[in-house]
Amino acid sequence: MKRVYVNEEWCLGCHLCEYNCAFANSGLSDMVKALKGKIIRPNVRIEEDGGITYAVSCRHCDDPICVSSCISGALSKNDGTVCIDHDKCVGCLTCILVCPYGCVSQNEQGAVQKCELCLENISGYPACVQGCPNRAIVYEER
Amino acid sequence: MSISYIYPEFEVVRNPSRCIACRVCERQCANEVHSYDAESGLMLSDESKCVDCQRCVSLCPTRALKIVKSDCRLRENANWSDNTIKEIYKQAGSGGVLLSSMGNPNPLPVYWDKILINASQVTNPPIDPLREPMETRVFLGSKPTEMKRTSDGGLDCTLSPQLELSMPVMFSAMSYGSISYNAHESLARAASELGLYYNTGEGGLHEDFYCYGENTIVQVASGRFGVHEEYLKAGAAIEIKMGQGAKPGIGGHLPGTKIVGDVSRTRMIPEGSDAISPAPHHDIYSIEDLRQLVYSLKEATEYKKPVIVKVAAVHNIAAIASGIARSGADIIAIDGFRGGTGAAPTRIRDNVGIPIELALAAVDQRLRDEGIRGNVSLVVGGSIRSASDVVKAIALGADACYIATAAVIALGCHLCRTCQTGKCNWGIATQRPELVKRLNPDIGSERLVNLMTAWRHEIMELMGGMGINSIEALRGNRLMLRGVNLTEKELEILGISHAGE
Amino acid sequence: MKLEGQVRIPSGCAISAVISREGNRMTGESIIKSMIPMHDRSNGLGGGFAAYGIYPEYRDFYAFHMFYDDDSSREACERVLREGFEIVKAEIIPVKKLPEITDVPLIWRYFITPLASVLSRLQLDENEYVARTVMKINSTVSGAYVFSSGKNMGAFKAVGFPEDVGRFYRLDEYEAYCWTAHGRYPTNTPGWWGGAHPFALLDYSIVHNGEISSYDANRRYIEMFGYKCTLQTDTEVITYIADYLIRRQGLTPEEAASVIAAPFWSTIETKSDVMKKRLTFLRTVYSSLLITGPFSIVLGYTGGLMALNDRLKLRSMVVADKDDKVFIASEEAAIRVMEPDAGNVYAPTGGEPVIVNVKDGAY
Repeated sequence: MKRVYVNEEWCLGCHLCEYNCAFANSGLSDMVKALKGKIIRPNVRIEEDGGITYAVSCRHCDDPICVSSCISGALSKNDGTVCIDHDKCVGCLTCILVCPYGCVSQNEQGAVQKCELCLENISGYPACVQGCPNRAIVYEER
Repeated sequence: MSISYIYPEFEVVRNPSRCIACRVCERQCANEVHSYDAESGLMLSDESKCVDCQRCVSLCPTRALKIVKSDCRLRENANWSDNTIKEIYKQAGSGGVLLSSMGNPNPLPVYWDKILINASQVTNPPIDPLREPMETRVFLGSKPTEMKRTSDGGLDCTLSPQLELSMPVMFSAMSYGSISYNAHESLARAASELGLYYNTGEGGLHEDFYCYGENTIVQVASGRFGVHEEYLKAGAAIEIKMGQGAKPGIGGHLPGTKIVGDVSRTRMIPEGSDAISPAPHHDIYSIEDLRQLVYSLKEATEYKKPVIVKVAAVHNIAAIASGIARSGADIIAIDGFRGGTGAAPTRIRDNVGIPIELALAAVDQRLRDEGIRGNVSLVVGGSIRSASDVVKAIALGADACYIATAAVIALGCHLCRTCQTGKCNWGIATQRPELVKRLNPDIGSERLVNLMTAWRHEIMELMGGMGINSIEALRGNRLMLRGVNLTEKELEILGISHAGE
Repeated sequence: MKLEGQVRIPSGCAISAVISREGNRMTGESIIKSMIPMHDRSNGLGGGFAAYGIYPEYRDFYAFHMFYDDDSSREACERVLREGFEIVKAEIIPVKKLPEITDVPLIWRYFITPLASVLSRLQLDENEYVARTVMKINSTVSGAYVFSSGKNMGAFKAVGFPEDVGRFYRLDEYEAYCWTAHGRYPTNTPGWWGGAHPFALLDYSIVHNGEISSYDANRRYIEMFGYKCTLQTDTEVITYIADYLIRRQGLTPEEAASVIAAPFWSTIETKSDVMKKRLTFLRTVYSSLLITGPFSIVLGYTGGLMALNDRLKLRSMVVADKDDKVFIASEEAAIRVMEPDAGNVYAPTGGEPVIVNVKDGAY
């Protein structure tokens, strides 16, 4: 099962992954149109402290606590990817509370959003990985 | 200084309709050109700090940035160019020697560009490297002049130590210190994967890289930084650096700001001390002294490693090379005046030394005239920019080429020529950890391997066109070259005919 | 227009050879005929022959064959010869006047031996001294050209088709245990007899078909050892390489073949350890004598010959035999003319030397 992994040794803290994520999930085909003047809500976020930076995104846990705590069955695990069904989500935010990595967040509409590996969006391949200038985020089998 | 005499050289052009204020430019610029104004939500720039390294341009996700040459000009003057005047302003302000990096950028003749390569038509067939074997393997080292038989009549196959290269290119000397740990790791790993060699330069060999020893040339320079017995034994060959094309006549300079942590340990000098190599080796004031050092190093390594003597291409290079060939050296490396550097006095970089093309032609011919070309291998560097430069160099008489500028360009260098500041935004010529990490050796070594693989393909295509299927049949094959726009004298020195002859 | 030597002229060719393993001597009639079916491989701008065993009565003397522009160049050359040699015989080489062969130079033959006093003063062996004298005459005596310099052998060449050249030199009157022949197709019109083939130095002669791409690499290397490539032809440089490797470096013909048509590295890697070491050594040490580009050559030497193709086999060459005779030619048709019943016809692969030696004592 391929997953997104982070090599913090090579993370430059440039935050490009956040912008690439936000663009990939915008549903638009032009980055400027998608992001200019907006506050972005990416599913990957750079954590920084002192000189250390690294990207954090959904781990697609083996036993995802978000899925088991979802009251409406909106979260499920398909082929190793934790997915969200926006039609079922009631916006109770339980998943946000329980995720130990802080990788589920609220979207503009108030319901939740999370990393789905870009498999369904315009990118088709994790955009954070594709746009990382230093291979600090990789999508691979381990 | 209340007056700024010099208007910034570059302008940062930001397309406001494209900028999304992601601040990547700001985070990536070690020169602090870009900043974000929270009040207006706009990115600002201070172009006086810009060195045109293009890091921000390369990382801007919306291509909102470009760096252009400022069109603010001094009044035109064919004698007093803008640059000349600005250098005077700088020196009048600082009282110091001007420093520069990388190779001579002045519009002096590039002979490679005035030499054209032959191809077969009708009388003999070109060879297709996609369908026929095409050999680029090279052995560097001294070759015996007399064949000997063993007592049973067989060939005595004893050879002095040789370097085996999968193609006639090596990465030339760049010290750990002048370039980063990750740049060294990229070079070492690429050399190892390619079956080539990289060169430690004069900064010693980091203990992590001893494992790449089989593909490492260890350098001994006038400062003797980092030289000890294990170091000499760790490499596949030892190079005595007498001079460097970018700064003939002076030694290496590494400012104390770059002598930190492992760099200081590897060089075996205190942290923060400037590493200023002496101009000469103080045990070599003449050719007979060189012979002693060559043999001291051979003794120290039990005659198991070839010794390279590297010199800058200077006026009397043919005679110097002839002397070196008789000094016990196995390989002579000649560095032309366009060779790069991490720091050199501008006046020396731009005015001292001669073009490698002429030096190579003169040396190869002189060694042949004296019948000793087989005693040594010739390696040339000093701005070998492409596979065709390599092919031309081999046809003029070189056994192999050294590349360094092309290698760092493959690693991301944009030739902004400010290595001496130590703020390389590409993680190459810097020791600042947050900048060094920008060069991931996984990517760096891959790009170097790609570059060499591409060059090897191109070399094979060019060879095949000439009907040559082994690189040794190209070496010194000057009939394969013709000159354009060259004078009789230049053609005579290069030993080639003019196109049409 | 520039003469051969002032400019490099590529050319295609036809070659043919015959050797008797028993040392039986044959007249030149058959080898001349062998060139007729290959007429179209030449264009009338050069033909020639080399013959081994033709001067048994002068076998201890170097036979110098000379072209002279005029008598003054002959006198100048003879002055050089007299300084270092005893000349036991000097004569005009007998020829038959033919309408096909024109612009005939003065063609002389000398049987000479180096003066012992000169050799001891210069501390040279006689072959080396003779080779140096050849280089000296060809590069410094204007209008004089040594085109054959071996013992008990001779080269005969001219501008013309090879079959005419053979008749011109009356080769049916000579008897040799080994003959080689050459017809030339140069891409230019030099009109100079010295440029025809075979090319010979001492008892080494080369007939060659091809245009080698390694020429200048080979030339500039071999010239380090006293050779002067005055003709700028492939054949000349290959002859010098053969002389250097076999006479001066002491390699066997097989070893020399592993240098000039060295196996590919990928082939070397498949060999036994001993062979691998040997081939790697030869390829490394004599790397500048590797010949690339198309060639088929026949190297004649006292008591034998070696035929060799380039490593890619870019030129045709077939071998056949009958009884004591071995035949080699660019085309099988040429062999059939010499011996209609020749058998074991095969085309050697690229880089595979075919070495035929006359049995000891029979030459």
